[in-house]
Amino acid sequence: MRSRTGRPVLRDELVTLAHGAGGKATRDLVEALFLEELGSEQLAPLADAAIVPGGGRLAFTTDAYVVSPLTFPGGDIGELAVNGTVNDLAMVGARPLWLSAGFVIEEGFAIADLRRIAASMGRAARAAGVAIVAGDTKVVERGNADGLYVVTAGVGALDDGVRLGPERVRPGDRVLVSGSLGDHGMAVMIARGNLALEVDLESDTAPVHELAAALVAFGDGLRWMRDPTRGGLATALNELASQAGLAVALAEEAIPVCSPVAAACEILGIDPLYVASEGRLVAVVAPEAAGAALEALHAFPLGAGAALVGEIRDEPEGFVVLDTSLGGTRIVDMLVGDPLPRIC
Amino acid sequence: MKYVDEYRSPPLAKALAAEIAGLVRPKVPVRVMEVCGGHTHVIYRHGLEDLLPPEVELVHGPGCPVCVIPMGRVDDAIALAELPGVILATFGDMLRVPGGRGSLLEAKARGADVRMVYSPLDALALARKEPARHVVFFAVGFETTTPATAVTLLRARAEGIRNFSVFCNHVTIEPPLRAILETPGLTIDAFVGPGHVSTVIGTDAYRFIPEEFGRPVVVSGFEPVDLLQSVAMLLRQLREGRCSVENQYTRVVHAEGNPRALVAIAETMELRETFEWRGLGMLPRSALQLREAFSEWDAEARFPLPGVRVEDPKACQCGEVLTGKIKPWECKVFGTACTPEQPLGTCMVSSEGACAAFYAYGRLRRPQEEPVGA
Repeated sequence: MRSRTGRPVLRDELVTLAHGAGGKATRDLVEALFLEELGSEQLAPLADAAIVPGGGRLAFTTDAYVVSPLTFPGGDIGELAVNGTVNDLAMVGARPLWLSAGFVIEEGFAIADLRRIAASMGRAARAAGVAIVAGDTKVVERGNADGLYVVTAGVGALDDGVRLGPERVRPGDRVLVSGSLGDHGMAVMIARGNLALEVDLESDTAPVHELAAALVAFGDGLRWMRDPTRGGLATALNELASQAGLAVALAEEAIPVCSPVAAACEILGIDPLYVASEGRLVAVVAPEAAGAALEALHAFPLGAGAALVGEIRDEPEGFVVLDTSLGGTRIVDMLVGDPLPRIC
Repeated sequence: MKYVDEYRSPPLAKALAAEIAGLVRPKVPVRVMEVCGGHTHVIYRHGLEDLLPPEVELVHGPGCPVCVIPMGRVDDAIALAELPGVILATFGDMLRVPGGRGSLLEAKARGADVRMVYSPLDALALARKEPARHVVFFAVGFETTTPATAVTLLRARAEGIRNFSVFCNHVTIEPPLRAILETPGLTIDAFVGPGHVSTVIGTDAYRFIPEEFGRPVVVSGFEPVDLLQSVAMLLRQLREGRCSVENQYTRVVHAEGNPRALVAIAETMELRETFEWRGLGMLPRSALQLREAFSEWDAEARFPLPGVRVEDPKACQCGEVLTGKIKPWECKVFGTACTPEQPLGTCMVSSEGACAAFYAYGRLRRPQEEPVGA
């Protein structure tokens, strides 16, 4: 509902197909909910496209979020959708600037829940220093989506000198992680509620752009970064090993895993190396920069748990290996399928 | 992590490794079979072979419940899953096992309702929740998982839940061990006995191994220190010329097992005349079926099943791997036609399968692992 001159008002309690039909209800939803929660100078005109200042080298990325449940200990889909895209931009060394957000909403979704999620997106965007400048809303019939899907895209600015990639990684380089691994994946798995496990654990979802910027400041000393999301640290490093044609050697006892994650993984027969984090980064740095880079991470509360977990070697080419705490060695392979629990 | 870290203590492990090194005779190889797939997984995950002297060779045995299920039974499960109105529930590891007509995961993608559960009681809960559907639990496993199925059947009967049945594929540990022990030219010197199975059947169940076949057995726990201690106990028996069943896993396992679990199994199930094992062929009296009194909850009695025996792929050498005749990498198709993404044989599917464990964790070890004296 909208008065001729005043602010639009959204009185509905549930999202209906009308909210996706492009008429008045859509307008109310966009202006009284999304604009209010996500608003930015560039979004306000609600034009077909946002016009932003720019030029030079840009980083551009997109990601779709379908997490279930939509809200989990430590975060929700909205916060995740902002942080995930911010982090993807930060991992190539860019300063995240502009985000777009697309919403696919299932008919019958509660407006109050939608507002809560949009508000958490707004908060996350402000915290990460990015503006949400473009958006879209679609409503699909009941049964055609699991509540809500969010798609974000992001643009970031990249300084001229920044060159990160597997081709820059050399034997002897060190591997750092910015904090404990697997908190997000395990928190969500447990929040689904079908494991009958009670564990005090929150998602780690957070923007890591400040940590990344602190590492980018090392110039040539920083070789490569990645956020260990789906597939965890093991998958990120396997991709590095195969792209760089080098080996990554991890030291089991150095890898930070908090004890609720370790305990839940133990019970479920899952290796924490494969469990997703959403507020962590893994970086490869030159050996002479490793100490200072670790200190730089420790300077941020988000990087307080940062650790040096391994090094790059020549051999065995294309593999990630783990020196176990007991003095043995094993391969850390790519994940096959979903992490399935062992049966006995 | 309390109660786990103690059993993964590097100083303890190193002390045991030194003890083991002192117990072998130089250049005299000792072949130790760990029967249980759970042990195989732990050995690779923690790189335990690196801590053993070259004289000690660990041979992976037949105790992976997923690995011993023949292809024909997977096809039967798929047929059940494709029946209208049926939900097929099973453990996650079974979903990727290839049958003659693909895997349950592929059947699910084609539209069959296949669900992963952690326990047969979860499958029963599903039946309560979906009264209009029929839930079949695809039961697999050795004596470790059998009691849970038995208890679920008793509960289904007590609550009068009729839209639930069990496709029973439970197997017993003694027949495959006998099959291995009766193999002409047996080269296994000692056995690490399965821990979880023994919590149910007890350590006395293995007395036939020293008494009839002259091989020592140590029932072991599942942590690295447990396994190293068990190997040391076996070597000590060999060194002192003794041969008996010893129990390393005393914190969980008792000589007589778990009488209540055994009663629940006996009440609901009985031995089958014969059962096909992947790679081992037909073994008489080696598996369980539901008793007549539970035929109402017996998927094999309620539904028509193809029941067709499917030959293992010619190139697949799972049988030789399961009986310890060859190491995973000695199989013709290991890592080429058969990988965890595209498994040809069951040993490559479950993380407890010898091939999957070796592929995932141990591929680098092969060149250094030439057996001593071979």
